[in-house]
Amino acid sequence: MATKSDVSMSTCIDSYGSAIGMPQLCTDWASNQIFWLVVTLVAIFFVLSRLALPRISAVLSERQGTITNDLAAAENLKSEAEQAEEAYKKALEDARLEASKIIESAKAEIKQELDVAIEKADADISVKASASEEAIAEIRKDALVNVKSVAKDITSELVKVLGGKVDTKTLTSVVNAKMKG
Amino acid sequence: MANSADAKDEGLVFHPMDQFIVEPLFGAGPVHWYTVTNVTLWMALSVVALILIMVVGTSKRALVPSRAQSIGELAYGFVHKMVEDVAGKDAVPYFPYIMTLFMFIVLSNFLGLLPMSFTTTSHIAVTAVMAMVVFLSVTIIGFAKNGIGFLSLFWISSAPLALRPALALIEIISYFVRPVSHSIRLAGNMMAGHAVIKVFAAFAGVALISPLSVVAITAMYALETLVSFIQAYVFAILTCVYLKDALHPHH
Repeated sequence: MATKSDVSMSTCIDSYGSAIGMPQLCTDWASNQIFWLVVTLVAIFFVLSRLALPRISAVLSERQGTITNDLAAAENLKSEAEQAEEAYKKALEDARLEASKIIESAKAEIKQELDVAIEKADADISVKASASEEAIAEIRKDALVNVKSVAKDITSELVKVLGGKVDTKTLTSVVNAKMKG
Repeated sequence: MANSADAKDEGLVFHPMDQFIVEPLFGAGPVHWYTVTNVTLWMALSVVALILIMVVGTSKRALVPSRAQSIGELAYGFVHKMVEDVAGKDAVPYFPYIMTLFMFIVLSNFLGLLPMSFTTTSHIAVTAVMAMVVFLSVTIIGFAKNGIGFLSLFWISSAPLALRPALALIEIISYFVRPVSHSIRLAGNMMAGHAVIKVFAAFAGVALISPLSVVAITAMYALETLVSFIQAYVFAILTCVYLKDALHPHH
């Protein structure tokens, strides 16, 4: 800038092309600046008011609308989800109740069956026990009879060996008397 | 700072203000009001940037915005919320005008941060026009909406009666100072930061202090990035405050 010495067509520039004082206070250029400023401001105003501002305002309000709609939809979905959860919880509760009922009835059934089986087994056991007792009694009776005959035989033999005469009637009564005692 | 004739002979040459010179884009010659200058170029670039961000970036109208669309939407939401919060619901019809000012200033400020660029908003001629437009519009809107009742802006009914004339005088002065402070704040901020960066850049020619100079330029650049946005924000929010005064003049 300082080397342009031939530019100084203004009173605000010295012969070297440098500013004399503050260029801001140079009135030579004011009309030029004001003219172009007015042109610029008018251009900016028209660009803004005709193109930019309506467009941006439309975009912003559209976005606001979308956000509001989305929020409402989200609210709806949330309540639906809550309802679904409620239903699920209820179903779970019902299922639990049902299951406990089934368990209860199964337990009762099993108990009944068990009782029947036990009763049957008891009966069987008592039948077998009485049969055994009978058998035992029979065996005991048989044993007694055998013992009598053996005792008679031994006694008669003993009497014969000792040289006595065996009287069957006396022998039987004696053995019977001894066996009782 | 403009003693360039003396400075030429020394090693260190400061021309921090040369970046603000308005010059014809094609050839040399006097700058007429219609001449295509660097002002034209950088203002046109701000319009191009605006179209890229706000029109091309949003052309997909995506429900899930792309990066470019996000920037456009953020800018829209930022200014719209500011107008609504500061100036009230009934100021929303003026939103496109405030958006125009904000987008022009913020884009010009950021484009001005590019090396070799020309910062259109660093000129008081530019900011003063915008401030005067705001001042006149707000005053006209105030009288159109409230009639003579707009003057109650200066008559503070909550203050003691004896104080009211004095307060009215102060209020009137501060009202008419508004366009001055409004315009000089923006131009001054932009000019000062850029000039300081240029001064630091001149020091970079000296090997001994050049590392410090580079660090200082980086720090200033970061600060200027912040200032670029904040000044656009301040300009827009003050416009909203003035608009609120016009719509609701009663304290």
